[in-house]
Amino acid sequence: MGKLGHTGTPAPHDSAIKQVTGRADYTDDIPEPIGTLHAYLGCAEVARGRIEGMDLSGVLAAEGVVGVITHEDITGHNDISAVHADDEPVFPVSEVEFHGQPLCAVVATSRDLARRAAELAKIEITPLEPVLTTREALAAGGPDVTAPLKLERGDAAEGLKSAQHRLAGQMEIGGQDHMYLEGQIAFAMPGEDDDMVIHASTQHPTEAQMIAAQVLGVPANAVVVNVRRMGGGFGGKESQMNLFCCVAALAARKFGQAVKIRPDRDQDMTATGKRHDFSADYEVGFDGEGRITAVEAQLAARCGFAADLSGPVTDRALFHADNAYYYPNVRLTSRPMKTNTVSNTAFRGFGGPQGVIMAERMMEEIAYKLGKDPLDIRKANFYGVGERDVTPYHQTVEDNIIARVVEELEESSDYRARRDAIMAENAKGGILRRGIALTPVKFGISFTATWYNQAGCLLHVYKDGSIMLNHGGTEMGQGLNTKVAQVVAEAFGVDLELVKITKTTTEKVPNTSATAASSGSDLNGMAALDAAEQIKARLVAHAAEKWGDVCNDVQFADGKVLCGGEEFGWREFIAQAYADRVQLSAAGFYKTPKIHWDRAKGQGRPFYYFAYGAACSEVEIDTLTGECRVLRADILHDVGRSLNPAVDRGQVEGAFIQGMGWLTTEELWWDEAGRLRTHAPSTYKIPLASDKPREFNVRLAEWSENPERTIKRSKAVGEPPFMLGISVFEAISHAVASVADYKTCPRLDAPATPERILMAVERLKR
Amino acid sequence: MSRIHVTTTINGDETEYLCEPQDTLLDVLRDELDLTGSKEGCASGDCGACSVMLDGRLVCSCLVLGAEAEGRAVETIEGMASGEELHPLQQAFIDKAALQCGICTPGILVAAKDLLERNPDPTEEEVRYWLAGNLCRCTGYDKIIRAVLDTAADMRGAA
Repeated sequence: MGKLGHTGTPAPHDSAIKQVTGRADYTDDIPEPIGTLHAYLGCAEVARGRIEGMDLSGVLAAEGVVGVITHEDITGHNDISAVHADDEPVFPVSEVEFHGQPLCAVVATSRDLARRAAELAKIEITPLEPVLTTREALAAGGPDVTAPLKLERGDAAEGLKSAQHRLAGQMEIGGQDHMYLEGQIAFAMPGEDDDMVIHASTQHPTEAQMIAAQVLGVPANAVVVNVRRMGGGFGGKESQMNLFCCVAALAARKFGQAVKIRPDRDQDMTATGKRHDFSADYEVGFDGEGRITAVEAQLAARCGFAADLSGPVTDRALFHADNAYYYPNVRLTSRPMKTNTVSNTAFRGFGGPQGVIMAERMMEEIAYKLGKDPLDIRKANFYGVGERDVTPYHQTVEDNIIARVVEELEESSDYRARRDAIMAENAKGGILRRGIALTPVKFGISFTATWYNQAGCLLHVYKDGSIMLNHGGTEMGQGLNTKVAQVVAEAFGVDLELVKITKTTTEKVPNTSATAASSGSDLNGMAALDAAEQIKARLVAHAAEKWGDVCNDVQFADGKVLCGGEEFGWREFIAQAYADRVQLSAAGFYKTPKIHWDRAKGQGRPFYYFAYGAACSEVEIDTLTGECRVLRADILHDVGRSLNPAVDRGQVEGAFIQGMGWLTTEELWWDEAGRLRTHAPSTYKIPLASDKPREFNVRLAEWSENPERTIKRSKAVGEPPFMLGISVFEAISHAVASVADYKTCPRLDAPATPERILMAVERLKR
Repeated sequence: MSRIHVTTTINGDETEYLCEPQDTLLDVLRDELDLTGSKEGCASGDCGACSVMLDGRLVCSCLVLGAEAEGRAVETIEGMASGEELHPLQQAFIDKAALQCGICTPGILVAAKDLLERNPDPTEEEVRYWLAGNLCRCTGYDKIIRAVLDTAADMRGAA
């Protein structure tokens, strides 16, 4: 570890020792009080229907069952919608809207007994005709589950009409299950009066608190939500935990006991939302060099039965339908379609990846049409610096470094020579074909809901000099707590070990935003720095008062405090400050500057800045079986000035592999009855260690620093590298195209499973 | 049905417990013995988060009944360090940042230790395929594989 573990050093994850010894407590590891009850959901087995009646006598008679929670037990308002759309009941009263929708919860003395008893619920439902897919919903003319968005600049219709070339395309883009290894879980403990303490694996403690209070019918100050750490989140625990928190709390209130709810993996996957699958339709006009003159596109999403976060997700798809490319004339529309499927939700990238992959498909199609290397088309369309720099949402790209990132990667990955070699090898006509692609990413950072861009921190310095740090962000493995602790240690010039990171709790920092949109360190790091600076200012004022003006310049460094030529140990200085009655605690706050967004006009500056990156992937496919292997991946990614290079590298590598999984092996499959048939790792395949690229070269762009005044000039890293996985998809496309001598851009939908690869190969062979 | 009395050895200590016939070894470890280091990821033997050693064989403890541990030796993540002294793999996972959310980490460490005991000099490919039964959603595996390979080299050097 570097000096004192301050920012810029690869300090290990704050829980690493506990995690390697099995001593790190996740929510399910918290000791249960005697008498703890367990809840389990009873779920619908039709995709749509009218609820005629419920016979729960069998359930109630089953061994160990203490009771059942239905909509009749809801003492407050029966809605858990993250956006307060009033369209997402805890349990529906009259209509089932998707296969697997929770209808009741069985509460028993053990989880096993609750789960077995839940099977005994007899629910009479008159089936209605469901709408299951986006295309079906579009054909039926809607409805949209939330208001669509339009982004427009220039004259797209005229731009298309006057273009030298134009082409139209379609792409089906699959969804993705989060497959956090720790599933959803909430553990509620009733207290005196209306009080309720809920331990949950949630990325959004404040929302869980507000929604649980709303459902219980109590003020928010009666509910405390705690989360020490999560076993992965990826967006799947942003709003989806509301259901489990509410069920646990309702049951704890009704039965006066602690109640835990933890669905098994199959129920977790069927009852909670996923990444939206999209149907994209686009038309693009371009000149002989492949330079785009106009784009018109519609991005329609399968949102499921309720709004949840589908509005901002489909908005973000539009915000990223340009990726790194300048569209002189553009018209983009979103269609968030209501369907009788589980309500889709946040997932790393939040709609952005679906927009980006459409842009990348257009680049490929243009390249094949003109017989050029797709990389040259990409470069020809990059945003400029000082010109060609306005996005479809009228924000000017001020921090563009994409050209340098791509050039450096092109060279370090030896892209051109390898591409030539691969095409020469493919020309020999073997069964195994290789492909290579280099794709960029530009990703906008900030919540597009501007009010979400705020954060708080509570910082205590105790009189022995130890420091307790609490901020509103949650730790799901991304290393947020470590980064924020590094900021605080550096501010006080003390060793990282002096800073204790405590669980996130609504008791200490109120009104927090979700730990989402990659914003965790940007927001909470700044709030923590604000708190530290407040305490430091008081310490400096105190020193000046005590030792005179020479102490106006107090230095905090190396565990010491330097003041007017004198040197104090940190602990000694703090003990003295306490004795002299200096307040050693502060609440920090931060709100992101500069951003604004007018959704009705489709104009503004929704993003504080952009993060950039590029990846070059080489794959090999088997043209007889469709099997695919990633032989090599090279990545260059921009994290500004890294707060912690080890943590940031981890985010980049993990995001790439997760993005690769989204586009290759991870296939969500619903049958005609609307039943999810890929509902556990037995049938839903995330990447394995054996799927990792044979050669994997990952670098951070060390020269980059954020021109905006972010925490230590770093950049957000959670989501942007997810889209680097698109290079694998386009490399597959390249390999497939070889069977028809690259004359046609293969029609390839995502994920490119072996089945889809084989079908694409067969189509081209015809 | 009456509960079953089981006598077994866990991390070298003789242990007795009562379990229901349908309780898995994972349930027993977590709920009866408070050994919560083994995690339930899928409860169907597909994710490896509950990996333990049973008589020297790597198993998913969610696929073993608690009653089956009678007279056998179980090793879990809690037995991997000797007191405060970490196993070299544990130290390497910290040093190489080979963990993120940490929930798959215990299972991966148990599996990796088993690999190195069988094969002190595995190739990169052997490590990748050996760990293919342990899902990790955060890291992308690269640092895990490097940590295992580096530890193997260090342990060979020390032996």
